[in-house]
Amino acid sequence: MTVKSSQDRDIKDVLEGGEVGIPLEGMSEPRFRREGGTRDMVLPGNKKFVEGDVLPRSGEGSGGRPTKPGEGDGEDAFRFVLSRDEFVDLFLDDLELPDLAKRKLAEAESDGLRRAGYSTSGSPANISVSRTVRLAMARRIALRRPRPETIAQLEAEIADCDEARRVELMAELDALKAKFRRIPYIDPIDIRYRRFETMPKPVAQAVMFCLMDVSGSMSEHMKDLAKRFYMLLYVFLTRRYRHVEIVFIRHTDRAEEVDEDTFFHGPASGGTLVSSALQAMHDIVRSRFRPADWNIYAAQASDGDNSRSDGVVAGRLLTEMILPVSQFFAYLEVGETGGSTFDMPDSSLWSLYQRLRADGAPLSMRKVSDRSEIFPVFHDLFQRRRKQEKAAP
Amino acid sequence: MIATAERLFEGADWDFPKLQRIHDACEEIARSELGLDIYPNQIEVITAEQMLDAYSSAGMPLFYKHWSFGKHFAHHEAFYRKGLMGLAYEIVINSSPCISYLMEENTATMQTLVIAHAAFGHNHFFKNNYLFKQWTDAEGILDYLDFAKSYVAQCEERHGRLAVEQTLDAAHALMSHGIDRYPGKKNLDLRAEEKRAQERRLHEESAFNDLWRTVPTGPTKSAESLSAERRRKLLGLPQENLLYFLEKAAPRLQPWQRELLRIVRHIAQYFYPQSQTKVMNEGTATYVHYRIMTRLHEQGRISDGNFLEFLQSHTNVVFQPDFDDPRFSGFNPYALGFAMMQDIERIVSNPDDEDREWFPDIAGTGDVMAVLRNVWANYRDESFISQFLSPRLIRRLRMFHLHDDPEETAGVKVDAIHDERGYRRVRRELARQYDVGFIDPNIEVVDVDLAGNRRLMLRHAVVKGARLNEADAKRVLQHLADLWSYDVSLVEVDAADNVLKEYLLTPRGLAAAA
Repeated sequence: MTVKSSQDRDIKDVLEGGEVGIPLEGMSEPRFRREGGTRDMVLPGNKKFVEGDVLPRSGEGSGGRPTKPGEGDGEDAFRFVLSRDEFVDLFLDDLELPDLAKRKLAEAESDGLRRAGYSTSGSPANISVSRTVRLAMARRIALRRPRPETIAQLEAEIADCDEARRVELMAELDALKAKFRRIPYIDPIDIRYRRFETMPKPVAQAVMFCLMDVSGSMSEHMKDLAKRFYMLLYVFLTRRYRHVEIVFIRHTDRAEEVDEDTFFHGPASGGTLVSSALQAMHDIVRSRFRPADWNIYAAQASDGDNSRSDGVVAGRLLTEMILPVSQFFAYLEVGETGGSTFDMPDSSLWSLYQRLRADGAPLSMRKVSDRSEIFPVFHDLFQRRRKQEKAAP
Repeated sequence: MIATAERLFEGADWDFPKLQRIHDACEEIARSELGLDIYPNQIEVITAEQMLDAYSSAGMPLFYKHWSFGKHFAHHEAFYRKGLMGLAYEIVINSSPCISYLMEENTATMQTLVIAHAAFGHNHFFKNNYLFKQWTDAEGILDYLDFAKSYVAQCEERHGRLAVEQTLDAAHALMSHGIDRYPGKKNLDLRAEEKRAQERRLHEESAFNDLWRTVPTGPTKSAESLSAERRRKLLGLPQENLLYFLEKAAPRLQPWQRELLRIVRHIAQYFYPQSQTKVMNEGTATYVHYRIMTRLHEQGRISDGNFLEFLQSHTNVVFQPDFDDPRFSGFNPYALGFAMMQDIERIVSNPDDEDREWFPDIAGTGDVMAVLRNVWANYRDESFISQFLSPRLIRRLRMFHLHDDPEETAGVKVDAIHDERGYRRVRRELARQYDVGFIDPNIEVVDVDLAGNRRLMLRHAVVKGARLNEADAKRVLQHLADLWSYDVSLVEVDAADNVLKEYLLTPRGLAAAA
């Protein structure tokens, strides 16, 4: 199995590849084993050796020494192999989507139609031809409707035979024809209609917005951290929703929707206006993702820089437009490696969001500066808990 | 030989009444013609899945819980699913009643073969071989495993899964050195074990008084008065049963940990005879199934077609590839065992001059089964081969002896072949391959510094220059140190008392040592 690093994997690739191998490390069962030393062995199947012969050790040439399978070798090659699903199940075992956003949206359902067998009445548009023809055929066979070939054969026979026989055959032919007419090819009782019933259809699709600051202050390392977080979120969402769309919005002082490659690797420069990204997200939601039909998740990654003047606009956009329609909004502040999360001074964005939280906005926010923290942070965000999300930034 | 009896079955299908008929027909032959003495049989039909389950619990129907069994299960399952490995036709358990598991997918012929093989061949061997009589308690084993299982589960509840797992990990690492090699005074009574453990716990609970903890202890007795000799004597040193030593003498183990060590030790002991009698056990069972099947065919109770099916799988089982064959992986115990049993049959009933010279005791005595039953009862692989491997068989299998000395750069020396000069040497060397004394490294507890830093000292007597694999030895010693909870050292010493290597491990602070 080739392992791609997350750098050159697309987010959706996370779920590709059928198997995850887990090597045996840490699961050894050691025993005292001996090795080396002089060995004596008795073997079967001597063909040409006589006492005193010396055989080269290489194993090539005349016979050579048999290679004995070592005790541990078989097991070293052994790995636990988990299917992708098993792995993800274990991986996300005790996580669940927060119910903080379970307002009307999460329960919103739409009606769908579902096949529900066949019925004897219905609209002509729903006639099930195959079922109807099958029943008709069964009926024709059961009632012994004469086949057209049989009649044709009989008529041919009548055409060239003597008089006495003809009368006899004519009578038979008439009987057949009468029966042929009496038993229709398709009878109304054969007809079947496909039946549908309406059923409530839970909203089974989600859209995940990835917002990222791509201004000059964001380093490759920070983008990598953000990407890892998005990957986890994607994996997690696909466990819950049949269909997950991803929208990438990058912003400097302008925001644009881009494809994944540009999102992570495309160069950009400029100032930083977070409100532009929020506005773009809002527009996209309005035009493409009706909140009644879509579960909306958003994760924003940034190094925390934002121009002072933007704070009010961004805050209003977030609380009034974005949060009411989102199931979940996470803000991930990424830092440089080595920078302990405690050392980072509160950035302008961080303090803004914290203010919003204090006012009761359902925001989740975490700081991350090292790869190894990504999963714990993610785990922490989605940990199964009874209470409302606690304020523990 | 009158072909009167009706067929036991036709074709490949079987059902339970047919299995009963097959069993009864086999039993008649086994008892009246072969004179076998067996435990009552319990035959169970299982699926491939269950067979894999059984594989992972060392073939036993129930076992305590430990992750390593799951690991083996996953291992076997992966190999089986990939088609790298077939499953055994049967598993048989040394218990009374003797339980045989038959695979559901076997054909009727295979079921007959397997019943004859396991339910009569192995069964007789278990009941009569001296090693099994001495070391295993067939009556008690299933109850004991049941006790072990619930005891381990109880420990997990009382003391936490992690602590139990660590203790068992350590005990398993030492399992091969948890065996008494020489019989003690009393016979093993596994049923009494359960009662004993319970009594011990009850006594502890009833005798518990927190006051004792507060009583100041007096000055310890002067350790000087104990001479090193005396101290070693008191601890029963040197001791090669490491698990036994730990159970009795490890200073900081909890009572339940000692009980776990005891369980692992008893189970290791239970399997000890099996490892010493692979060739004989399989040889016996193969010989018995061959005799029974042949007789059933002679009686006309198996059709020619089914008999050919049997012969085909029988020949597969007793196939011995030559050493230069890619399929070769050592001697096939079925092949060697069966060939030797047949050879004994020939010597007893139809000897030639060579046999008379080599085996004066049994050559030509005529009663094949009496001789074989005696052999089955009183030998193990090593003694069996060194006593009964005949020159004719050495010639037939074209055995030769290789001596591989790493010092010798020229290569591997052919030391003996199947000729007049070589027979005895080949036979001696082959017997030695099956001698447990040479298979397992000889490691003993030699001393423990009780007065000082309580270091446990072990010694590995190196034979023929074969040293311990270093990585594994360190891991095992680490486990040992964790149980002992003080330092553990191991020296490897050759025959001339030169120290070849020293290990010193300190315990990790584990829950086990708390």
